[in-house]
Formats: sequence, structure tokens, C-alpha cells
Amino acid sequence: MTLKAEFIVGESKAEGHSLVLTEPISFWGGVDPKTGEIINVRHPQFGANIAQKVLFIPATVGSSTASTILLELVHCGKAPAAIVLSEPDAILLLGLVAAREMGWTTPPALRLPAEHHGQFSGALVRIETDGSLHGS
Amino acid sequence: MTAELTARERDIAAGEAGEGSSMAMRIVAEAARLLGAVRLIPIQSAHIDGAVYHGDSGTHFAEKLVADGAKVSVPSTLNVGALDLTGCSKQQLSGHEREMAGRMMRAYRQLGCQPSWTCAPYQAGHRPAKGSDVAWGESNAVAFCNSVLGARTNRYGDLLDIACAITGKAPYCGLHQPENRAARFVFDVSGLPSRFFDDETAWPILGNLYGREAGNSIGVIDGITKRPSEDDLKAFGAAAASSGAVGLFHISGVTPEAPDVETACVGNQAEVINVTSQMVLEAQRRLSTAERPDRIDAVAIGSPHLSLREFERLEVLIAGRSLAVPFYACTGRHVLQGLKDTGSRRRLEEAGVTLVVDTCIVVTPMLPELAGGVLMTNSGKFAHYAPGNTGYDVLYGGMRECVESAVTGRPELAETRSP
Repeated sequence: MTLKAEFIVGESKAEGHSLVLTEPISFWGGVDPKTGEIINVRHPQFGANIAQKVLFIPATVGSSTASTILLELVHCGKAPAAIVLSEPDAILLLGLVAAREMGWTTPPALRLPAEHHGQFSGALVRIETDGSLHGS
Repeated sequence: MTAELTARERDIAAGEAGEGSSMAMRIVAEAARLLGAVRLIPIQSAHIDGAVYHGDSGTHFAEKLVADGAKVSVPSTLNVGALDLTGCSKQQLSGHEREMAGRMMRAYRQLGCQPSWTCAPYQAGHRPAKGSDVAWGESNAVAFCNSVLGARTNRYGDLLDIACAITGKAPYCGLHQPENRAARFVFDVSGLPSRFFDDETAWPILGNLYGREAGNSIGVIDGITKRPSEDDLKAFGAAAASSGAVGLFHISGVTPEAPDVETACVGNQAEVINVTSQMVLEAQRRLSTAERPDRIDAVAIGSPHLSLREFERLEVLIAGRSLAVPFYACTGRHVLQGLKDTGSRRRLEEAGVTLVVDTCIVVTPMLPELAGGVLMTNSGKFAHYAPGNTGYDVLYGGMRECVESAVTGRPELAETRSP
């Protein structure tokens, strides 16, 4: 399947297996910045790893530390291959903005309404420079 | 959409005031774009949540700003760091990590921030005026600043807060705009028995429930039967901002923008959530992850940081007894001096309390490594974050129950809390 999303940070190609989160997540306390593992025991995707995945996030909650966690994930090479959000979340995405300022290779972030996230479940997702998402 | 920068802001972004200011202005401008803001506004102060060590990247980021000559341009307090610089408690960071955590705290000082090192800056003298625009980080501080003080801030991420402090500017959007501060739902608690508000855990439990119901929306709480203290409001906001993306709440008759429900809603057709005892009970159960533990391994209180008043109550509850398990009481250095002056510090430490200053147990490794460990807390925020950040299961109870359990080493819970 192919759907058109909109780049919100960076405009680069990306590819990875999808990880579709079914509930909102707080990156701080929710994701281990050294490994990319989801560590919040109350989250349905507890134990899954976001590194190199095309990560679909329905919404974010909680702490304003999310940007630092994402910056550290980029620094450690454990960031998602791309982040797909239902709405731009400035707190989280500033991690990518800061990573770019630091001169590090930074994954793109795109906007796609949450109701479309589920169809990419289990797929290998390829993101093109026009912002289209191909799932196979 | 790109924000319209003034000529001066564009000059700064282009490097006229140095590379550090330029990087900070670019970050603020990018944030404005992501937030859909059309312009920047001046801010009066900042509270910086960026100095906790989560890995080397944060240290490199702050040191790059220092090396590039950046300085904050408005009064800026610091949230907790990863180390207790007062020496009251020991953190487990060692070697490289300890060095990087210390370098990070130093870098933020070099940027001109005040070494307040607390998540309750509003109890350490940083209280911006009602209606003023500020840029605060740390979710509980943001909730308190907007809701209780009536100052205006969005929930600033920890890289954006320092960028705003350096530029003295913030994107004009969200909670900076008066029209976005109105309540969209009424959280009606009048159906709860009036004795509910006599319990010390009423506000953190209600906060947890409110946060889940609110998400990122704004509500007004109506129907309370007892006026909350400042520490109650602190606990409510912290719990609500952990379980939801709560940056602002109103309480009818209590908070400054809510003399009554109608004023708080400003013409919004507000949906009503009728809060029931069952909803409260479920929220309370969700705060605990330990199932019927037969012992506790540690107690942690003080998220947000304890006030002198809370320490007074702690001392009364301990009543000269010795504690059988590690007991961490997190606070800021603004409180430590008072504790020293009254002799309270010595008495608490003799009873077995570890004062944790400048930091707290969920932002830095402190608890003994213990598989299957059970941590008891009265904080809705600790209850939310401790399982992920410390590996301990959580048992939730009030400060009185925390103290009684710490004396015996077993859960001593009020009847109403049995699962």
C-alpha cells in the first residue's frame, strides 16, 4: 500500500520495519535511550525496540524530557529510521532539530493521521523524498 | 508554516550575536515552525529542565553552546541534575558517566543559569507574575506555573527551554495565547463523598485520574469540598502532568483564572465528566504495580521536591522512631538550609532518612539494585515513572502509610486501599 504523508522535520528517504504504537508514549521513562527498548511496563508495546524501525506514534504524553531522549537515541545510533506522528509534537521533534544542529545524521519525521497507522502494522516501510510511505 | 522573525531576530539567527545565540535562535525558530507559531514573543524568565544526564549527547549539546559563547538573557532557574552536589546522598553514576553528568551541570551554570537544582522552583522564589510570558520546562513546574501562578508557558522540551532562555524569546502559540487557556471540559467531583478530600492522597490520585481523562485538553475541576494547600496543588499537577499532557488546569474558586466554572470556560460548550468513587478507586489501583507485596524494600517521597512544611509533617509522622528500610526524601537546596537551621536534618538522618538534594531517585540511578524490589511512594509522579526508571515495582500510599511501612518493613496500608 502507498499513502502520502507530510515531512515535518528533515526530508530524506528512509526504510525500516514498522512498529505501530497502539497507545500514546512518554519517551522519558518509556524508552531506554541507550538501547531503544520500550521500558514502560504499562505500555502495550512494552519490550519492543524502536531502533531502526519506522515508528508510528498516535500521541505523546508526559515529561518534557522527550527531546533529550530522542537526541541521545540519535547519538547512540538507536533512533528510529523515521518517526510518523499523527500531529507534530514539538517537544519530541526538537530532539531531531538539536541533533541536526550538532551535525549528526538525523532521521526524518512525518505527519500522518493516526487512523492510517494500523495498516502499516507488520510491514516493511519505505519512505520516499516526496513523503510517500510504501508498505510491503 | 514558517514564523515571521523580526529583523533583529534574523540577524541573531544569522550569527551577528555569536554562534551560540545563532544556534539558539535557529532552534527557537524551528520550534515556532513545528508549533505553527507566526511570531516570537519576549519572555520574562525560564526554568531549565535540560541539565539531567541521560547520556553524552546532552553534555555535548550544552558544552557546544558554552564553547560558542552563549549566555542566558533572562533569569533562569535550573531543574534537577543527575548528581547531589550538596553531598547529602550518593548516586551510582561512576567513571565516565559521573564525569559527563558533572560537566553537564557545570555547562548550564556557565550559560548563566541559577544553581537552584529543583523541580519545585515555584517554592524556591521563582514565581512569575500572573499574565506574564515565561518559558518553563519540567512538566510539573509547567502545570504549576500556568495553573496556580497564572503565568503563561507552554510545555518546553529540555533543549528548547535553554534556547528560549538564551534568546529571551519563545514561539507565540498555545498557552501563551489567552484564548487557548479556557477550559473545554468540567471535571465534576461533587459526586465524591466529602471525606474523600480529607485523605492526604486525594489530590495526587485525582491528578492521575484527571491527567488520563484530560490528555492534552484543559479542564476545570468543580465541586471540591475542601480548599487544597499549595502542596496539594503541587501533587495534583505533577500526577496530572505524568499521566496526561497537562500543561494547564483550573480549579473553580481556587486557581487565578477560574473564579467560577463559567469564567474558566469563557463561553466554551464544556463537556462534563462526572467523577465517581469507582473511577477514583481505579486510579488509585493503577498507581501501584506491586500486587499484594508482603514487604517493601524502600520508600521514596518528594516528587515534586518536598517543601519545609512537608518535612515538618514527615518528622511528626516518624515521631522519633527508626526506619527499617531505605527512605529517600527528595528536595531542593532552598529547603536544605531551613532543615539545617532547625536541627531537622540531623533528626531525620538519625531516624534513617536519606535527604536527596539537587536531584531525585527517578532521574539518576540511586536505589540499590534489587530484582523484584518494591518501592513505596506517596507521589503520583514517582508512581508513574519509578517502574520504568528504577526497575522497582511501586506500592502507592499516603505519607503516613509510607512512614508506618518504613518502620515495620511491611506494607501498612489503610483499609480503603486493600486491592
